[in-house]
Amino acid sequence: MEVTISTAELLTTDGIPLKQSLRKAERRNKLRAFLLVFPLLLFIIVTFVMPIGDMLLRSVDDSQINSVFPKTFEEYKNWDKGADELPPEEVYKSLFFELANGDKRQIGKALTRMNYAKSGWKSLIKKTTREIKKIVKKGEEPVSYKDTFIKINKFWGDPTYWYSFNQMVNDRSSIYYWNALDRTFDEDGDVVLQDEKRRMYIKTWLRTFKVSVYVTIFCLILGFPVAHLLANLPLRYSNLLMIFVLLPFWTSLLVRTTAWIVMLQQNGVINGILVWLGVISDDGRIQMVYNEAGTLIAMTQILLPFMILPLYSVMRVIPKSHMRAAQNLGAKPAMAFWRVYLPQTIPGISAGGLLVFVLAIGYFITPELVGGKDGKLIGSWIAYHLKTTLNWGLCAALGGILLGIMLIFYWLYNKIVGIDNIKLG
Amino acid sequence: MALPSYASPVQRTYYYFYLFFCTVVFFFLIAPLFAIIPISFSVSPFMVFTEGMLAWPPDPEAWSIRWYKNMIGDCSADVVSSTVPCSTKWMVGTVNSFYIGIIATVIATALGTLAALGLSRPHMPYKGLIMAILISPMIVPLIITAAGMFFFYARINLVYTFTGVILAHVALATPFVVITVTATLVGFDMNMVKAAQSLGAKPMRTFFKVIMPLILPGIISGALFAFITSFDEVVIVMFMASIDQLTIPKQMWAGIRQEISPVILCMATCLVLLSIFLLTTVELLRRRSEKLRGIKAR
Repeated sequence: MEVTISTAELLTTDGIPLKQSLRKAERRNKLRAFLLVFPLLLFIIVTFVMPIGDMLLRSVDDSQINSVFPKTFEEYKNWDKGADELPPEEVYKSLFFELANGDKRQIGKALTRMNYAKSGWKSLIKKTTREIKKIVKKGEEPVSYKDTFIKINKFWGDPTYWYSFNQMVNDRSSIYYWNALDRTFDEDGDVVLQDEKRRMYIKTWLRTFKVSVYVTIFCLILGFPVAHLLANLPLRYSNLLMIFVLLPFWTSLLVRTTAWIVMLQQNGVINGILVWLGVISDDGRIQMVYNEAGTLIAMTQILLPFMILPLYSVMRVIPKSHMRAAQNLGAKPAMAFWRVYLPQTIPGISAGGLLVFVLAIGYFITPELVGGKDGKLIGSWIAYHLKTTLNWGLCAALGGILLGIMLIFYWLYNKIVGIDNIKLG
Repeated sequence: MALPSYASPVQRTYYYFYLFFCTVVFFFLIAPLFAIIPISFSVSPFMVFTEGMLAWPPDPEAWSIRWYKNMIGDCSADVVSSTVPCSTKWMVGTVNSFYIGIIATVIATALGTLAALGLSRPHMPYKGLIMAILISPMIVPLIITAAGMFFFYARINLVYTFTGVILAHVALATPFVVITVTATLVGFDMNMVKAAQSLGAKPMRTFFKVIMPLILPGIISGALFAFITSFDEVVIVMFMASIDQLTIPKQMWAGIRQEISPVILCMATCLVLLSIFLLTTVELLRRRSEKLRGIKAR
C-alpha cells in the first residue's frame, strides 16, 4: 500500500499558514514585552546615558578656543620650530586682529582654557588686548606686529608661551586625558611628564588603588568569618544577626560617616576609651581621622555588608557534610577547610571582592569628609574641577578614565557572577 | 554550629577565638551608629561624651534636648549657643528631602515596575543588553553621574532646579525597583494571567486584579529602596541644586564641613530610627511575598 504524505502546509482556521501565524504571534509578544520596558529605557537613555556620553565627548573637546583663534592657530601650524625661535610674523598679525575684533566673552572663556595649558596666559593676553585696542583706536598700523607684541610685553618673545599652543590647536584633543595622567605636550607635540609641582593625579590614582585594595582585603578578612557564622547558624539566630549587617546598609552614608568622625576624632569615643584604659596618655591621643587611616576604617565599615552578603549567599548552600566527610577521611580541620571549604567559597569571594573594589574606587563622600589632606581619592579631584576650577575638560577626562576602569571590572564581574544576579538585602 | 564534644583544646581555642572575632566585627558594624545617639542628647556643643554624661550616678545637668529643639527651628534662649547657629534650615531640608524623595519614588516605581514586567516575559528581546543599561545608574560611581548630568542638564537649563534633581534621582532609583520587582516575578505563576484572560479579563484588569496584588510586596520594597536612595543622595544634590535648595544630606554635609555641631547628631539619630523602620518593613514584606508565592521559609 502506498502512503501519501501531504506536503501541503498546515493552515490555521482563517487560512494563514500555521508557521506564519505563530511567527506573527511571537513578534507581537516580543513587541508587547518591549513596549513595557520602553518608557524606562527611553528615560534612562535620556537622563543618564546621554549625559555620560556628553561628558565623554567633552573630555576630548577643544572646539571653543579654536572658534576664537581660528586664523592664528592655522598660521601657527606653519611655524617651523627647528628653524625659527619665534613664530612667523603672520601668527602675530592674525592674533592681533583676532584679539582686536573678537567677542570679549568668548575670548574670556578661551583665556581660561589657555591658563590650564600655561599659567600666565590670562594676564598676558588681557594686558596685550588693552594695548592693541589703543593702537587700533589711534588708527596706526604697526610696521612689525611681532615687535609691537614684544614691545607690549617681553613674554611675547618667550617661545615657551607659544609652545603651549601645541595642545590647543585641534578641535579634538587628547590633552585632558594626558593631563589626568600627569602628562602634557612639549614643543614638538610629544607627550612628556608635567613639571614636578603639577604632578598630582598619578599620586591620587595610585592612592585610590591602594586604598581600594586595602579596603577589599580588610572587608574579606572581617567579612569571611561573619558570613560563615551567619551561614551556619540556625535561621532564627542568623536572621537576627543579619540585622547587624543590614542596618548599616540601610542607614544614610552621611550618618555613618558622621558616626566615624565622632568615634575617631581626637576627643572621640575610641581615644577616650584608650585613655581611660591607660593605653595612651591624655596628650598622646592618636590622630585617626582626617587622614588615610580614617578613610580606610570608615570605608571598610561602610562597604563590609557588600562583602558579607554575597559570601553569605554562597556559603549557605555549601553542604555541611563536606567538611565532616573530609575530616572523616583523615584531614585535619585546617586542611579540610583549606582544601574543601575554601575552594567552594571562591565565587562568593570574587563577587564580594569585585563589588567592594569597584565601589571603593568610585567613592567620594566618605574620603572627602574623613580623608583630610592625604586621604582623598580621585573622586575628590573630579568634584574639585567640576565645582571650583571649572576645568570641565579635565574633570570629564578623569571621569572617563574612572569609568573605563569600572567598566573593565564590571565586565569581569559579569563574567564571574552575572550582572542580573545582583540581589538586594 | 556548636562545638562537638570530642573537640580538642586547640579546636576549642580556635572556636572561641572565632566567636570573639565575629562579635568584634558585629560590634564594629553597629557600634558607631549607636554611639551617636547618647551624644545627641548632650548639653555640650561638642560631639563628645562629656564627663557629666559618664558620671555615676547620672548627672541630669549633662543631658538635654536643646539640640533637638535647635533642629526643629526653635531658637529660644536656652537653645542658642555661641558656636552653634540656629535656623530653620534643617526643617526646610526635611521638607525638601521628602518632597524630592516622594515624587522621585512614585515615578521610579511606576517606570521600574512596568519595565520589570516586560523583562520577566519570556519573549523579551536583547534582555541582557537592556538589563545592563537599566542597571547602569546603580553601577556608575555617583561622582561621574553627577559630573555628566551637570554638564548635560546645564545645556538644557535644568541645573539649579528641583526638576533636574528629581529626574536625576529617578534615574538613580529605578535600578532598585527593577531588581526587586524582577526578583518577585521569578516565582510568579504565569498560568494565573492566562486563567484571568481566558475568563475574559482585559490586560489592565488582569494587572490590577491578579498580578498587582501578588507582587505588591515586591513593589513596595522596591519603592522603599527607591525612596531611601533619593533621600540619602547628596552628590547630585550638591551639584545640581542651588544654594538655598537644601536637603537633609546636603545640610549634614555642610554641617560636617563647616560647623561640627551636635545638631547633626540629632538628625543622624532620626535617620537611624528611619532606617530601622524601613529595614523592618522590607523584611516583613519579604516574608509576606514569599508566603504569597508559596515559598517555604528555609
